[in-house]
Amino acid sequence: MKDSLLRAFRFLGLGFLEPVVRLAAGEDTQKNVTQIVKKILAPIASMILFLGIWYTGSKSLYNTEANYAIEKTRSERGEAEAEKTRECIESGDLSCQPNTLPSPKQVWNSFQLLLEDHKQISANKEAFVVKTSALNMKRLEQGKDPIVYTGRPSFVDQIKTSIKTVFAGFLLAFLFATPIGIIIGLSETLRNSFNWLIQILKPVSPVVWLLLVFMIVKTLTKDSTGDTSYIISFISVGLCSMWATLVNTAVGVSSVDKDYINVAKVLKLGTFQKIFKVILPAALPLIFTGLRITLSVAWMVLIAIELLAQSPGLGSFVWEEFQNGANDSNSKIIVAMFIIGFIGFLLDQIMLTIQKLISFDKGSDV
Amino acid sequence: MAYLELNNITKNFGTGSDMTEVLDDINLHIEEGEFVAIVGFTGSGKTTLVNLINGLETPTSGEVLFKGKPVEGTSHERGVIFQNYSLLPWLTVYQNVEMAVREAFPNESKDFLDKRIKEYIAMVNLSPAISKRPKELSGGMRQRVSVARALAMDPEMIIMDEPLGALDALTRGNLQDEILNIWNKNKRTALLITNDVDEGIYMADRIIPLKPGPKATLGPEFKINIDRPRDKTLLNDNPEYKKTRNAIIEYLMDIGNERSSNSTIQYELPDLQPRDLRWRA
Repeated sequence: MKDSLLRAFRFLGLGFLEPVVRLAAGEDTQKNVTQIVKKILAPIASMILFLGIWYTGSKSLYNTEANYAIEKTRSERGEAEAEKTRECIESGDLSCQPNTLPSPKQVWNSFQLLLEDHKQISANKEAFVVKTSALNMKRLEQGKDPIVYTGRPSFVDQIKTSIKTVFAGFLLAFLFATPIGIIIGLSETLRNSFNWLIQILKPVSPVVWLLLVFMIVKTLTKDSTGDTSYIISFISVGLCSMWATLVNTAVGVSSVDKDYINVAKVLKLGTFQKIFKVILPAALPLIFTGLRITLSVAWMVLIAIELLAQSPGLGSFVWEEFQNGANDSNSKIIVAMFIIGFIGFLLDQIMLTIQKLISFDKGSDV
Repeated sequence: MAYLELNNITKNFGTGSDMTEVLDDINLHIEEGEFVAIVGFTGSGKTTLVNLINGLETPTSGEVLFKGKPVEGTSHERGVIFQNYSLLPWLTVYQNVEMAVREAFPNESKDFLDKRIKEYIAMVNLSPAISKRPKELSGGMRQRVSVARALAMDPEMIIMDEPLGALDALTRGNLQDEILNIWNKNKRTALLITNDVDEGIYMADRIIPLKPGPKATLGPEFKINIDRPRDKTLLNDNPEYKKTRNAIIEYLMDIGNERSSNSTIQYELPDLQPRDLRWRA
């Protein structure tokens, strides 16, 4: 029981919970308590410290901004108005809150507000589906398109869209870069001939890729009336992020240990067997490191690309909130920031878990 | 015509001024069923010699003949046991041997392959570790897998490149006996490369020292006239053993000394006198 639990935790990247399990099982109290302090309490303390700095920082920024607003009113419209502004700010009225870095509490409130909003929108959506189901049946019979909900997407919907986009982009990068990486890795001539192109294209900024994809997709989809922004954004994500996989795969395949190649030669393996039984397994750790980098790069550029391409997702959520300039916009942006960070972390953990599962090099953490 | 012939082999790496002449004027004849050991210092070109015979490399000049035909590339007829085991770390013991057996017997049934794989793993006493990966095995166990892999392909000749070099003395002794047993059973031809004279005398019919490189070449051969099976414990008192051992070691020492005294580089020392600073103080 205990051992299987420990294995499960370690597998899920929750290794820090190990001392808790051991303590609960009644093992070596003193050692495990020290471990808990080191592995659990210390990280929590650092989080608290972070929140503390954030809180004081935002408070001081808030005061600066508030004082500036009061002074400005005083110099422009006199003492009475300044007093009114002060009262308004102190009363916590949303209409006159200074626009600055939000405090942790505001961000938390916004987070809950966004969840509330999501519930509301989901309820609306369901109600809409129920209401239109009968009508839609009729429309389908008549051969017309059904009526779909076109209301504003909730925050959670945006997250889902973003994750979908990043996976589409990642899949594209994977399907494109791994085979090419393998082919380039196998032949020195190809490697040399593509080297310059890859080196030049690799450092190109996501924004430029987006524009390039836009140019091409725009022409290709001239006849369609649908929304191409999703296609543009996921292709751009794939293009930006595939380089790590491409280069790592090529390096991994071309630098397989000579001993393994000799074994393949002595056993007289055929080309196909040699590639799939010897070269690819040997290159797998490097290929996977490349894929991990690709996924994290994909997630990072996704936000910028959504923001520019006006395709739905977290990026456009952030941009819209910034443009919106409502009182709680700033805190919503910070909420998005943490969500983005957290999802990025989760994606990396998923890749790490898969890597551990299929890699032969089980002992090492890459 | 001998079973394996090396005629006037030279092997160079690199070109122009970077060229290293590893092997020079190598002549070697091995008869069928013979067990020959080549003894040499580390870095004397032993592995290059092995790679020429097993077909991983081609000689710069001269010819390698196996059963009268020139060696072109590797062949299942010549099984190789590598110095560093060269097991594939992502495969289990069974899968490592399976890979070889499958290639050597492409037309046989699954049952036949399975039986053969298990048989050879049992032969090197690794049945309990059959589903372990190389990482979970000790050095001696890994080398035994390597032996099983090479032999399961049923080669006509076994080429061993310092197979026991990295093992401790006890494991070494055990594996020597195991290899001898297997060799004895089917009377295959065997070539052992080693840096251990005792190992060579214990196992081989003939010992040929390799003079160290650059331009390594084979020295005079020493026949081991000790009846098989040889008993390791009694070997130390055998006068023939002592004589041969001393002769080989003496020969190796001589060429070792020759090598160190033979250095042709002359360092011209600067003719300087330390400056006398005393009068200044």
